[in-house]
Amino acid sequence: MSDIIRRDPRAEWIARNRLHPLHAALQKVEASWMGPNGVIRKNPHAQGFIGPNGLKRIDRSGSQQGGSQKRSAANAVVQLPLHIIEQPAFYIAVVPDMVGGRLSAHDKDLLGLAHKLAGADGAVLAVVFGEHKESAFDCNGVDRLLQFDAEGFDGYAPEARVLALGAVERQLTPRHWLLPDSRTGGGELGRRLAAKLGERPATRVWQVADGIASGRAGAGREDLVQQAPRLILAAVECAEPVSETRHEVRPLALSEALVSHLPRIQDLGAVAVDPAQIPMAEAEFILSGGNGVKDWALFHQAAAALGATEGASRVAVDDGFMGRERQVGASGIWVTARVYVAVGISGAIQHLQGIGACDKVVAINLDPTCDMIKRADLSVIGESAAILQALIERVAAHRQGAERDAA
Amino acid sequence: MTDLNIVALVSVGAHPTSGRPRRAEQDARAVELGLCLAGERLQVLHAGDPQQDALRAYLGMGLDQITVLEQPANSDALPVLVDYLADSNAQLVLTGSQAETGEGSGMLPFLLAEQLGWPLVVGLAAVEQVNNGMAQVLQALPRGQRRRLQVRLPFVACVDNAAPTARQSAFGPARRGLLSAEEVALVADPLFANAQLQPARPRPKRLKVIKAKTGAERMKAATAKASGGGGQVLKDVSPQAGAEAIFKLLLEEGVLR
Repeated sequence: MSDIIRRDPRAEWIARNRLHPLHAALQKVEASWMGPNGVIRKNPHAQGFIGPNGLKRIDRSGSQQGGSQKRSAANAVVQLPLHIIEQPAFYIAVVPDMVGGRLSAHDKDLLGLAHKLAGADGAVLAVVFGEHKESAFDCNGVDRLLQFDAEGFDGYAPEARVLALGAVERQLTPRHWLLPDSRTGGGELGRRLAAKLGERPATRVWQVADGIASGRAGAGREDLVQQAPRLILAAVECAEPVSETRHEVRPLALSEALVSHLPRIQDLGAVAVDPAQIPMAEAEFILSGGNGVKDWALFHQAAAALGATEGASRVAVDDGFMGRERQVGASGIWVTARVYVAVGISGAIQHLQGIGACDKVVAINLDPTCDMIKRADLSVIGESAAILQALIERVAAHRQGAERDAA
Repeated sequence: MTDLNIVALVSVGAHPTSGRPRRAEQDARAVELGLCLAGERLQVLHAGDPQQDALRAYLGMGLDQITVLEQPANSDALPVLVDYLADSNAQLVLTGSQAETGEGSGMLPFLLAEQLGWPLVVGLAAVEQVNNGMAQVLQALPRGQRRRLQVRLPFVACVDNAAPTARQSAFGPARRGLLSAEEVALVADPLFANAQLQPARPRPKRLKVIKAKTGAERMKAATAKASGGGGQVLKDVSPQAGAEAIFKLLLEEGVLR
């Protein structure tokens, strides 16, 4: 950017117009403020400028205020205040689900609840098993992070995890244990931990206020209200996630090594499930086709090769290429996939609503300006048939490589 | 069908709208799975009131009798069940994942397994084979996925909605079946000394909170369209390069099996 000072007539106009919402932001120096006694103080030197002949001039036209500020294209990201706990009085331990290696919305709610329970003196400790891909622990309220190495916790190893959490309990004795009461692992792990520690947990908790925990009981027709126990299994939306502070994600390590044990449950791996049988609303991986798909046989072949559940946009369904039960969007099914691949879908707002809950969206499209590209995390501009063909070959090569490694 | 000794634990459920006693949905699925696996030899166990009519709905699924460990309401079912199961020759104990009445915390199978010292499988979908004291089972995962596990006998398993749907209950067998009560020691449950049940109300939907300081920011938040937020766009690349990028993302996310 050059150093030529340019006038910004719009900024000048805003600076003149005291009713404009941005008026305050364009004022240069604070000329008046509230004093300690509640009296407004004014700094007469702050206003005005020194003119060319050394005299102070006050220009009320607005040109001075607006024009003197340099325009910058993107203003810096707001840095939230850092919340530092040097010597925690106690710990609130959270064991997030980390579906796909990242904090889910449920985990973030739970960290918000933990932050509420920790107050000003306690530290929120997040216990994570294995590798993670999360980069925003600090903005979600993690003061201390305890990460266990991947070995021993691969796949389904609830007994090993409970042992590790037992070691955390012995060493740090957290004031509360918080786990998500979810089907993705937290509910099971929390109950196993409760049985191990001999604590009676509060389950399906939707609110903790003033030391009183309220959770759903029975089939959901009643609430159980009790003193908040040490172990809380919280439902979704149990609290607002942390949004106003940043936290130092200080790594923590256990002083004792974990004892090894003989697992009584052995994980033999995932079983191939026919992706077409999985209900679309809960499918994890969806390959969705729209108007841009010309070769539907190739599309079905790609879905089979990737092991993805098939979806379609309204246009593809109306044109008869897919069944009505496969339609994604406002008038079809609202999907919750972790990965959604949109092939030749431009992204009508109704379709984007339907994929609102998806984590990662991949777009394959010819038009680089369409709305789907703006939503997508990865977009490839090009002819869908060629890209799908290349993708099928790449996946086949990967599968063959894996087989060769196994053999 | 296997020659396992299977015990299914059942409870009295409540209709979601009227609250009337009925057979519990998931417990009925546990009985169904037990009937598929063991047929006639399935034992069904309940701790509670033997006069309860809702228990007959389980008998109507084709059972001759249900053993009832007689207990008043609000007593702890866990110790009597542990005593009974420790003395029995059960190799597999099937339960639902949570009760429809009372606390319904879903802790019972976990505490049973802990106190009996048996392994626990959550979300059992099917038992594939049993040999040499090891069972190979399928576990139901969220999003319709399945996982194969090998577990040592005896074990406790709880079923959820992925287990086979319970068969209909027939009226005649339900009348003819036997509810045989057994006297057990009574243990009170301390829960309701310091907790109370309140009728649940639907929770309000969470509102989208917009933390805007100025009117312009509020306007922007209200009218903003879906924005990418740093999505990667690959333009003018060969199909192979594009496919490679997509493949890498799929592999990273772990959705390729």
